[in-house]
Amino acid sequence: LPKPQGPKWDNKVQYMLTCIGFAVGLGNVWRFPYLCQIYGGGAFLIPYGIAFVFEGLPLLHMELAIGQRLRMGSVGVWNSISPYLGGVASMLVSFLVGLFYNMLLAWILWYFFHSFQSPLPWRDCPLNLNRTGYVSECEKSSPVNYFWYRETLNITPNIETSGPVQWWLVLCLASAWGLVYICFIRGIETIGKAIYVTATFPYLVLTIFLVRSLTLAGATDGLIYLFTPNWETLKNPNVWLDAATQIFFSLSLAFGGLIAFSSYNVQKNNCERDALIVGCVNSFTSIYASIPIFAILGFKANENYNNCQNWNILRLTNSFNIGDENITVENYDVWFNYLNATDPSEVKSLDLKTCNLQTFLDQSVSGTGLAFIVFTEAVINMPGAQVWAVLFFVMLFSLGLSSMFGNLEGVLTPLLDLHIIPSWIPKEIFTGLMCLSSFTVGLLFTLGSGNYWLEIFNSYVGSMPLLIIAFFEIISVVYIYGIDRFNDDIEWMTGRRPNIYWQATWRFISPLMLLVVFVAYVVIEAEKRPTYNTWNPDYVHFPLADVQHYPEWVYVICVLLSVLPVVSIPLVALYKFMGFLNKYIMKRHNPNPYGNELCHGEF
Amino acid sequence: KYLFSINSALGDQAYVWNENEMFLFRATLAFAMRTYSDGQEYDVANVVVCDETPRVSFWFVVTSPLDASLLVDKRRVEEAVRKSRSRINSAFLLTDDTLEFIGIPPTLEAPVAPDTPPWLIAFGVVMGGVGAGIVVLLVSSVKRDGEEETGGKTENEAASDAIYNMSFSDDEPVTQM
Repeated sequence: LPKPQGPKWDNKVQYMLTCIGFAVGLGNVWRFPYLCQIYGGGAFLIPYGIAFVFEGLPLLHMELAIGQRLRMGSVGVWNSISPYLGGVASMLVSFLVGLFYNMLLAWILWYFFHSFQSPLPWRDCPLNLNRTGYVSECEKSSPVNYFWYRETLNITPNIETSGPVQWWLVLCLASAWGLVYICFIRGIETIGKAIYVTATFPYLVLTIFLVRSLTLAGATDGLIYLFTPNWETLKNPNVWLDAATQIFFSLSLAFGGLIAFSSYNVQKNNCERDALIVGCVNSFTSIYASIPIFAILGFKANENYNNCQNWNILRLTNSFNIGDENITVENYDVWFNYLNATDPSEVKSLDLKTCNLQTFLDQSVSGTGLAFIVFTEAVINMPGAQVWAVLFFVMLFSLGLSSMFGNLEGVLTPLLDLHIIPSWIPKEIFTGLMCLSSFTVGLLFTLGSGNYWLEIFNSYVGSMPLLIIAFFEIISVVYIYGIDRFNDDIEWMTGRRPNIYWQATWRFISPLMLLVVFVAYVVIEAEKRPTYNTWNPDYVHFPLADVQHYPEWVYVICVLLSVLPVVSIPLVALYKFMGFLNKYIMKRHNPNPYGNELCHGEF
Repeated sequence: KYLFSINSALGDQAYVWNENEMFLFRATLAFAMRTYSDGQEYDVANVVVCDETPRVSFWFVVTSPLDASLLVDKRRVEEAVRKSRSRINSAFLLTDDTLEFIGIPPTLEAPVAPDTPPWLIAFGVVMGGVGAGIVVLLVSSVKRDGEEETGGKTENEAASDAIYNMSFSDDEPVTQM
């Protein structure tokens, strides 16, 4: 049943901020800049823009419109469109994504708690037992790497070794779920209040970082590197595939969260304008966030480059007993050539490093690596490091929190619509139970191998099922619900019939693009046996990652994670069809002119 | 062997290395031997320096005060130097990085470890706030439900049983967007 009364948004601003907050998430900060970097800088904006116009916007408009019109969450929407579509798929995907997404928030909280120390704990290596030097694992890699892999994750060498549950991560996960619960406790009533802060605070921090980072040395190197277009990359089909998937996940489509949010709207609301606003703000945020990120990466590359050169200079100075500070960065080449000419064997034995600024800039990282390794290392060298660290992690937490709201609403609203919850359970208790059960299952990620499992969830749940769900979404709305009926609905809601752009994209272009992207995705993934990077201190080439294959049982789990959410679509269709057949056969055998036919078609 | 990196450490306030500085070095080393070794009366003459370079690096050995031709065992010298590193460093306004002694790694200071890790304090503050907030919200919703119970609960129940007819959905009272 749709909602005749009950919870609704206090005002339009809340609704817009919640949708924007859901769409703008961690990926805008730590995935988009990475893609820009590896796919030729400014050139990446072209496939990204094309994907946005032909795939992202149409799907976004459709989700907002259908949720607003039918005023139900994803399950209700699918049932209204056709009794054969389950709609459970979106709910399952939202639940699974919510599990691991909150682990990211737990890690962010861990770093946030540790930012109140001077010096920052990831600046120095800890001492070894007899205090003669540093712990070897830390010395071979770096203090930030050691802090992340050993002191935070306490990671095991491979996924088969589970290791014990890390109590400190359990505490952080509990606090993350506690913070989520307190905002989510009454559904959109409390979310609507919390969103004023969590959706706007990241922009404030990004602006502060923008101003600060542009004053750092080496910032311009990073920015030039980011935005210099390399048109050659456009010939690589992977670029187009990644642009399409990036815009798709960035807008948080197919989770059911957007449908849930718009279902609490009045029906006479201009959803076309909302879709344009949310989509454009999301893309703008991605680009806006990449500027300080790259300025800071440029600063870090500069620092590394200077350290590399100074190390070389010191080696030469000590070995040849030249006066202190006679060799400088400027005359290094002159000295090097001279020394190499006089005593090449000695120079060779020093093992001097080749310092190339480009190499340091090329070190591209995304995801947790960007936030917890690269960024933390950069922050150490900035004056007032604690302030920047705290600001950064609070920003990341806000971004993730507002996305979590969408994930949870994508689970809660369908459950409410399905009337699975007995009415005597108050909503506060039910949301609490949801958070508690997610927390319990999420303890998997607090194991020693937790990071490996999170990567699996991220790759297999948060990708292919969403593409399939979105494809079925658009096909069912356009061809089963009927595009004409949909056009009429939108005309009734906004006062204007959707123009030729929407018609063309909804009917042909977007489904086709989704299909192509999905097929290309499957083909590329199926080609290679999946591998993963492990952190193994006993590895010969440590600190390089030891690349391992997934064992068979893990691979089965990966496939299950991809398939299970979407298998509900044909399963529920089959179930409903069986029910329909049953009634049809019964009616034929026992015609009752007074049969109550109101029972099917409404759930 | 000792390596001095004076310029990089002090920049503009760097002093020039000369005979007097070398004398100070030998004196501090003699002090170290006196205090941390066997207590014999080491003197500046017992510290022999050789192979000085413009880098400001040199080799040195320590002779026994009783017999000038007898060299003190390397290990004892190393131990004395290790124990008095900070004094030697501060005599020259340098640090472990800029005053390097090849063969003796500095005894690194144990970092100050507070009794409660500071992160637990931050965690406690956050969780305390969250717990208090949850309690407040739950209590306020219980109070709100208590007021509603006496009011129009039956009306909502009736509405959820009925079948909703969407053709009249545009006349519901909602806030203006």
